[in-house]
Amino acid sequence: MLVGIGLPSSIPGTDARLSLEWARRAETGGFASLGVVDRMRYDSHEPMALLSAVAAATTRIGLVTMVVIGPLRRTQVFAREAATIQRISQGRLTLGLAVGARTDDYDALGQPHVGRGLRLEGQLADLRDHFEDLTPAPHLLVGGGSDISLLRVARFADGYVHGGGPPRSFRRAADRAVTAWVDAGRPGRPKLWAQGYFALGDAATIERGRSYMRDYYAFTGPFADKITEGLLTTPQSIVQFVRGYAEAGCEHLVLLPAVAELDQQDRLAPLVSQ
Amino acid sequence: MRIATIGGGPGGLYASLLLKRSSPELDVTVFEKNPRGATYGWGVVFSDRTLTSFREADYRSYVDITEDFVIWDAIDIRYKGELVRAGGQVFSGIARRKLLDILIERCIAVGVTVRFETEVVSADLGDCDLVIAADGIHSGTRESRATVFKPRIREGRARYIWFGTTLALDSFTFIFRANDHGLFQVHAYPFDGTTSTFIVECSEQTWRNAGLHEASETESIAYCEKLFAEDLRGNPLMSNQSKWISFPTLRTKTWIDSSAGVVPTALLGDSAHTAHFSIGSGTKLAMEDAIALVNAFEDRDAAQGDPAALRAALADYQMERKPIVERFQEAAKQSQSYFESTSRYQDLEPEQFVFHLLTRSGRMDYGDLRQRDPYLIEHVDRTFAARSGGPEDAVVAPPPVLVPFDLGDVRLDNRVVLSPVFAGTSVDGVLAGPDREALVSALGAAAGLVLTDEIAVSAHGRVTPGDVGLYDDVQTQAFRGLLQRADRVAARLNHAGPRGATKPRATGLDRPLDSGAWPLVAASPVAYGHNATPAELDARTRAEIREDFTTAARNAERAGFDAVVVEMGRGYLLGNFLSPLTNLRDDELGGEARARMRFPLEVFDAVRAAFGGPVGASICADDWQRGGARPDDAVALVDELHTRGCRLVEVTAGYTTPRFRPHLDPFYLTVLSEQIRNECGVPTLIGGGITTTDRINTLLGGARADLCILRRDP
Repeated sequence: MLVGIGLPSSIPGTDARLSLEWARRAETGGFASLGVVDRMRYDSHEPMALLSAVAAATTRIGLVTMVVIGPLRRTQVFAREAATIQRISQGRLTLGLAVGARTDDYDALGQPHVGRGLRLEGQLADLRDHFEDLTPAPHLLVGGGSDISLLRVARFADGYVHGGGPPRSFRRAADRAVTAWVDAGRPGRPKLWAQGYFALGDAATIERGRSYMRDYYAFTGPFADKITEGLLTTPQSIVQFVRGYAEAGCEHLVLLPAVAELDQQDRLAPLVSQ
Repeated sequence: MRIATIGGGPGGLYASLLLKRSSPELDVTVFEKNPRGATYGWGVVFSDRTLTSFREADYRSYVDITEDFVIWDAIDIRYKGELVRAGGQVFSGIARRKLLDILIERCIAVGVTVRFETEVVSADLGDCDLVIAADGIHSGTRESRATVFKPRIREGRARYIWFGTTLALDSFTFIFRANDHGLFQVHAYPFDGTTSTFIVECSEQTWRNAGLHEASETESIAYCEKLFAEDLRGNPLMSNQSKWISFPTLRTKTWIDSSAGVVPTALLGDSAHTAHFSIGSGTKLAMEDAIALVNAFEDRDAAQGDPAALRAALADYQMERKPIVERFQEAAKQSQSYFESTSRYQDLEPEQFVFHLLTRSGRMDYGDLRQRDPYLIEHVDRTFAARSGGPEDAVVAPPPVLVPFDLGDVRLDNRVVLSPVFAGTSVDGVLAGPDREALVSALGAAAGLVLTDEIAVSAHGRVTPGDVGLYDDVQTQAFRGLLQRADRVAARLNHAGPRGATKPRATGLDRPLDSGAWPLVAASPVAYGHNATPAELDARTRAEIREDFTTAARNAERAGFDAVVVEMGRGYLLGNFLSPLTNLRDDELGGEARARMRFPLEVFDAVRAAFGGPVGASICADDWQRGGARPDDAVALVDELHTRGCRLVEVTAGYTTPRFRPHLDPFYLTVLSEQIRNECGVPTLIGGGITTTDRINTLLGGARADLCILRRDP
């Protein structure tokens, strides 16, 4: 299993240029990829613009969206952005897409919430067509745990990206993703990606991480506390988490930071190096 | 802090008791509308695991409860005059009345106020800080805020009635008895030294046939006493205002209401959820809810009266319990649907029947049962093997997965089928590259049967340009070279219909070719997703395609295939004819189900005539789409196929159009396969997410399928 790290791009108040330094350090630190998340109504940096800069600042590390809210984006423009990043990065881009969990993102753009699944399906097919002349084409991942999302993985994508949780919840979802894939008659197996949040350091640092999680996930109401509980805050919990995901069949795990400080990387790197 | 519990059943009492014990400063009152001792119901069952949680939650009541326990460790099944015992199933029972007494006394002892004959509604409780609504399936609290809790109730299809009897039992007992009116089943278990619960259940039709819909309580008792006379051994059935009802399964969107302006409220037990009685009691779930609620209270320190802490505790309670209860309800649904379809299993042999019954909910499989009762499983193995031609008195028998299967006159060494997926690397329909390697690898893996991916019957019948075919000599010879030394291979013959002329599956499904596309054909000119709109099949093409299948079947025989499976599902041409969603014709090939079958059956007959070995079909048993084909349509189709000599049916679902809603749970295909197998009498093959031989043994042993496609994960 490969292990990547998230960019601190959706932690409020973070200087966008920190992501560039962060990216260079992650590359030398041995991480396999850099991940970005997407949210309209939150103090955060635009993922495609940011990945474009990061692509220029690095040479080997993978770049992944996990995930962008596909239906919010005009497919033609999005495809061109992605293709540009793919060319600048010389083939390091992976695109994770999903319908997203928040209605406010749709409201912010005056987009209807209903029909978003169908729009995502059309978009996935269109992206394939757009990327046909691109070598290599970016891999497409689909997020979301419902049966219909997993069917979209099987019909249109290259893999599945899990939304978080303990390894056993990943294992259950991944098993259904593979079932859908084989049922669909797709050759091989879907690529299986996953993510988790971490904050390492003294008690005050960890608490900053927790309050970020509570804030970022406030839209989930009572679940925010539960999600925050899943924040990995000790070396032991990270080692266990990484091992658990590897055993559950995950191929690429991206650990997202809850604190936007460079030493987070230095604390994480020795725990996940193989 | 003041807490009001509405409803003095086990769940409400237990929650109140535990809360008060945990935080003695709380003011806790239970309101029960009935007088003390007026309760109905007979016995309650708990498993080992539930008892352990009781011990941790409140030792005193645990001791009292277990002192009054009846404990047993077996399930008895009486069926067709035989008694089969399955050991290693430890449960205990207690009289519901006794349980209530213990909990009431314990509540009073710790300082909970219990007020009987007091009917309250949540509106009366405005000065409380929390309302625990444990007021049962007909919860007034829930109904008065139905827009918040969003309850959904689904009535079961069977009818049942709850009796007691003085018959002493030493096990949980299922009794199945048929008479002229239909099949009846009993769920019976002991709960004190002298009395047992005795629940009688039957289908709606049987119930009406027997006139029980018009029967008085006394008449119902008389009817059941007569029917089960042999089992009751002279003991009477006792009623407690017993009525025939259908089981209501309740699900609620949320169990808690902590919105502004109302007293925070938590539903608990039957007011929040119910699960069919055949896999365990609602009492168990309610009391486990109580434990979770109180644990959340302690974790959040909610007894101090901080509203935010209380909201957090309620959220934790729901988050902890709801997924567990939903999984339980899912298992209960399987169990309930089993008991609603028992008449379908009447042709099964007793040991098959028993194994099916024990594995009905998916919570126990072959491996678990082997651990609990090795003798039972050895018996299952022996009879399974004997039915398939092994010696009756064998001292050792293989597990079902290793028992040979006769596919027509072709003997398969075991029940595992491998079905290699072709990526579309063939050239001009000639098997080559990775697709050839995939087949070679499957052939060398000791599976009972290798069933190929789709093989096109014509160039226009391909899904993608790289698909393999059996429509010319070079293609036939390429297979022949491989199959000469291999045994037991079946060819899946297909015409892609509206799903043809697409790009390789490696980059997604149903992406039309930019160039080099060939004309598509289908029952009606309805495009499959973004594919080109197909032409409506005309008389000339109809004859040509039938001829293509004939030629391909002959080629399959020449190539050395042992069997052929005709593809009638997955939205390809023949499946496209079968579904009302895609066949909109008004000629003799469209309209009613029988007419929609005409062309697929015509093709099947042609293949049968051309191929000497066994011929099967792959069908879509459920379109998983509104207005689409349903399992009953599949049964009608398989009945037709059966009379035409079909030896095997592969059961699949979905893909008739791209707009279906999939079900990826491990049961869905199983239920469809089981229905088709046991209603039509044709052996079935299923795939999906089967990754272990344990699962295969479970499916085979319970007569749910005859062959299974094993998914080999790297």
